[in-house]
Amino acid sequence: MDIQDIIKEENKVYCKPELIDDVHMHYCPGCSHGVVHKLLAEVIAEMGIADRTVGVSPVGCAVFAYNYVDVDWVEAAHGRAPAVATAVSRLWQDNVVFTYQGDGDMAAIGTAESIHAANRGENIVMIFVNNAIYGMTGGQMAPTTLIGQKTATTPYGRRVDLNGHPLEITNLMAILDGTCYVTRQAVHTPAAVRKTKACIKKAFENAIAKKGTSVVEIVSTCNSGWKMSPVESNEWMAQHMFEKYPLGDLKNI
Amino acid sequence: MKEEVRLMKGNEAVAHAAILYGCDGYFGYPITPQSEVLETLEALMPWETTGMVVLQAESEVAAINMVYGGAATGKAVMTSSSSPGISLKQEGISYIAGSELPALILNVMRGGPGLGTIQPSQADYFQATKGGGHGDYHLIVLSPASVQEMVDFVALGFDLSFKYRTPAMILADGIVGQMMEKVVLPPQRPRRTDEEIRQQCPWAITGKKGDRKRNVITSLELESSRMEVINQRLQATYREIEKNETRWEEINVEGADYLMVAFGSIARICTKAMEIAEEKGIKVGIVRPITLWPFPKEAVEKAAQGKKGILCVELNAGQMIEDVRLAVHDRLPVEHYGRLGGIIPSPQEIVDALEAKLVAESK
Repeated sequence: MDIQDIIKEENKVYCKPELIDDVHMHYCPGCSHGVVHKLLAEVIAEMGIADRTVGVSPVGCAVFAYNYVDVDWVEAAHGRAPAVATAVSRLWQDNVVFTYQGDGDMAAIGTAESIHAANRGENIVMIFVNNAIYGMTGGQMAPTTLIGQKTATTPYGRRVDLNGHPLEITNLMAILDGTCYVTRQAVHTPAAVRKTKACIKKAFENAIAKKGTSVVEIVSTCNSGWKMSPVESNEWMAQHMFEKYPLGDLKNI
Repeated sequence: MKEEVRLMKGNEAVAHAAILYGCDGYFGYPITPQSEVLETLEALMPWETTGMVVLQAESEVAAINMVYGGAATGKAVMTSSSSPGISLKQEGISYIAGSELPALILNVMRGGPGLGTIQPSQADYFQATKGGGHGDYHLIVLSPASVQEMVDFVALGFDLSFKYRTPAMILADGIVGQMMEKVVLPPQRPRRTDEEIRQQCPWAITGKKGDRKRNVITSLELESSRMEVINQRLQATYREIEKNETRWEEINVEGADYLMVAFGSIARICTKAMEIAEEKGIKVGIVRPITLWPFPKEAVEKAAQGKKGILCVELNAGQMIEDVRLAVHDRLPVEHYGRLGGIIPSPQEIVDALEAKLVAESK
């Protein structure tokens, strides 16, 4: 059989989401960001809201998110995405606004903005990619780095006496009256990917229904920063990260 | 119809002026001596009338980033603060300038450095006119000397910032913010509709409708050759602003032997000093820069011709004097007189300084 006989519309089982551009991604092979971008693009397209969705990209590895997903974007200063999203959402109430934040953005430099936007119950979606490391700047400690985990700034492993404890910011988000939906997911298996997609969709539905702030944490891998292969990273994540950051809904009202 | 004259504080007047301009959003955080701006807006509840959004943010940092977000959508948005709070906003202001967005920022200056004092000062001149945040950029800096100008400069600041897609700052001192004066408010302008904003601001992130490509608001460009082009575009805008928007006021400059250069409320104290000097036979004129950036250097140079000396009167240790010296190329004596830490000089003190620093020297 010739290959051209196989490449036919009726044989198609998978395709690139229509909102993902034909450009080279800067993310490392094996990184979770690519999957999360794909899910975002699929959800926005399936809900038919691309013409009224605005993304707020962070500082960190996802700083260039605006190069890949075909909606309007504004690039925020480090940690300020929730403040930026607050104004975008309040000034254009028919538009659907989401932030895309890493662990440094959400739980270190942007803790105040993240907590307060959620506490005000801004009608926004916060996508939180927690890979327990600062990937963009070369693998330094994140607020979510595990005890004992080696990074460029904790070369002998994170120590409580020197570096304090890993911050479970999503748990904090769940106790705020302004949040309507807080969940922690991952994208390391096909089943987890499908589950996360459903969660992202629910978060966008909440924003449209003006129910308050939805937070979707995605426990993620950074195989370059962790200095592991993509497969080893997934295994290490399941073994170590899920213990500190267990998957599942923390709040759903 | 006869104009209605109202009596109000400079800070209150700014709140009224913002609503009447058709401002879409105000984001602020309380700090003395400008908290009346947010308080007045909350009391007037413009969201019930014009639809303007008013929000007390969790910090000055959050407030300026809300302004950045609102400006990115093409809306007319503003914030206000006082010196320590304006320092916190500098990162955001740099991003707004770097992303070529319109926005209005009010600084009601108090004495510094650090937490300083809540009394009036003009010590943020360098910060406002030379950059303040990181990178090569300028703000359009307007200096009000009256409550009426606090009102007028809200509209002027917004208009200029949209015309050039660059942030504008009203650099007021605590006196102008706190004092009550007669003021005439402008008529209510309607806020622009979303459709008008989509047409007037095709660059804005309003939702990617129809066939247009997606809009991205960012100040990031890692490719140096492209970043240089962006910087050159910013500089070209600044040259246009210098050419078209320099503003100043002259009082009794013709025939005077000496010149006083002063901005904001101190320029008004200088007018009284000018009268006292006149009675003593000392003829003094005043140049009051209205735009501090662009600085009216040609006007100062022209006014200085034939004069025996210039006294720069500022509520700081000598900041604007550097621009005055550059303007006149040190061809004549340029002296500074200022009080620090929130103290306001009397007209007599200014005359004494003029006599001691310039008149006695030239005899």
